[in-house]
Amino acid sequence: MTSPLSPIFEPLNHGFMQNAFAAIVLVGVICGVMGVFVTLRGLAFMGDAMAHAVFPGVVISSVLGGSFLVGAVAAATVVSLAIGVVSQSGLLRHDTAIGVFFVGSFALGVAIISTRQTYARDITNLLFGSILGVSRYDLLLTGLVGCAVVIALWLARREIVTISFDRTFAQSQGLNPWGWDQLFLLLLSLTIVISLQTVGNVLVLAMLVTPAATARLLTIRLGAMIVISALIGAVAGIAGLYLSYYRGISSGASIVLVATAIFVAVFLFAPGTGAITARVMRRLHFSHPERDRFTDEDPAATRV
Amino acid sequence: MQTSHLSVHFADRSALEDVDLQFLAGETTSIVGPNGAGKSTLLKCLAGMLPPTHGAVMLDDRVVDRPNPRVAYVPQRSEVDWKFPINVLDVALMGRSLRSSRVWPVPERDERAGLAALAEVGMHWHAKVQIGALSGGQQQRVFIARALLQQPEVFLLDEPFTGVDAPTQSLVVKILDDLRAAGKTIVFATHDLAMAERSSNICVLLNRRVVAAGPPADVMTVSNLHATFGGAAVSPAMAGARS
Repeated sequence: MTSPLSPIFEPLNHGFMQNAFAAIVLVGVICGVMGVFVTLRGLAFMGDAMAHAVFPGVVISSVLGGSFLVGAVAAATVVSLAIGVVSQSGLLRHDTAIGVFFVGSFALGVAIISTRQTYARDITNLLFGSILGVSRYDLLLTGLVGCAVVIALWLARREIVTISFDRTFAQSQGLNPWGWDQLFLLLLSLTIVISLQTVGNVLVLAMLVTPAATARLLTIRLGAMIVISALIGAVAGIAGLYLSYYRGISSGASIVLVATAIFVAVFLFAPGTGAITARVMRRLHFSHPERDRFTDEDPAATRV
Repeated sequence: MQTSHLSVHFADRSALEDVDLQFLAGETTSIVGPNGAGKSTLLKCLAGMLPPTHGAVMLDDRVVDRPNPRVAYVPQRSEVDWKFPINVLDVALMGRSLRSSRVWPVPERDERAGLAALAEVGMHWHAKVQIGALSGGQQQRVFIARALLQQPEVFLLDEPFTGVDAPTQSLVVKILDDLRAAGKTIVFATHDLAMAERSSNICVLLNRRVVAAGPPADVMTVSNLHATFGGAAVSPAMAGARS
């Protein structure tokens, strides 16, 4: 009666688990793609800040019964403008300005939500996600907004890459880095909002940073990095969800733990660059293009 | 290309004062001065990246108030994220790809032009190598290929000889000579008097103001260098100067 594959299919008998799997695959892929640009821009801290900054927007719209997407984007815009104004003043470092406003914004969200009867349950759902409560409507919204984010990233890829790689050159080409940064932060806040229900406010940063960081260890090509990062995001999501189902662990936590485990494994054992494999390879005299830097003095420099 | 009464003031200091210069087609001009003399500021003004406080930059009788594809700017190598996952060919193609279709990949003829530009600087063998894996001189050559792809009339280079190896220095000098012979306008900033003397036919000594401008042999006098670099700093640099 029970086939060896039944532990894999059994959870899918429940409608809520089907929705949960679909949601985590979507979020894993979208965060994986977005995360590549977040890590390349060195905006991991900004990602964390945005996740907290959208908090009051989500809370206010849930109190007023409006669309939490609108509320979150409005809150993210206000906070990112405030950060921009304070850091442009030149009196404080950018990361200091981020620190001031993201915690302030977060506290405002907590203050509003704490006045409600259902405080404990609401705040747990917002902070750590409630993936089993994902509805068909939530899925549709996540899919549509996620597609819009990925398409926008595709259309803006050259500007984003040029600005990240060489800001001065980008300016010499007539690009306005500040304007493109604002667009980027808008896309980032949208990505965070559609991830809140599945992984929650605190853990969304892991979905943005960990798969992308893992992909960077495996490739030096941007296109490949995006594909690998999206795949790792989806795989970590699925595996984490199974772990959560069978072990009774909080789903957000188990997804992030799987992603972290993949990162550690790749860091140690990646072909060529892994902390352990590189040692073995060096002993066996394999070369790696990123480790063996070219120099003009080296007669072997023409070897590619 | 010329500047008239160009001044740039930042919040707490002035970077350039009343700079009047002319850059002609078929000439290579070196801008020489110590750190903080306003060399980079001047180049950014010429590139249309920095609005002057007073005065103006003109290109063929038209005011330059924004970046223009006819003017290529090669930034200092130190301002770049070398860990970025991008290969040599894609860096060179930045000189063109920002003006091609958003939706589709870079067309094949642009890719061929990119390889041709890399071949001109001797870097086509490294087209698929990650940019950070190259030596400083090779990186500088890729940046020059990127400027070539823009097919500009004016080349502005900020410290192109700093931190590069000797083979690259002579290759860059040769490329700049070829461009000048082809009727392009070349302007580069340097703090290296020997390179300025060797590879430019007009030399501008700059220390917030223009101290002197003209053929290097006429300009590099002890008193001019003294006025540009100040007393103590000039003694080692004076070895090649005429009194």
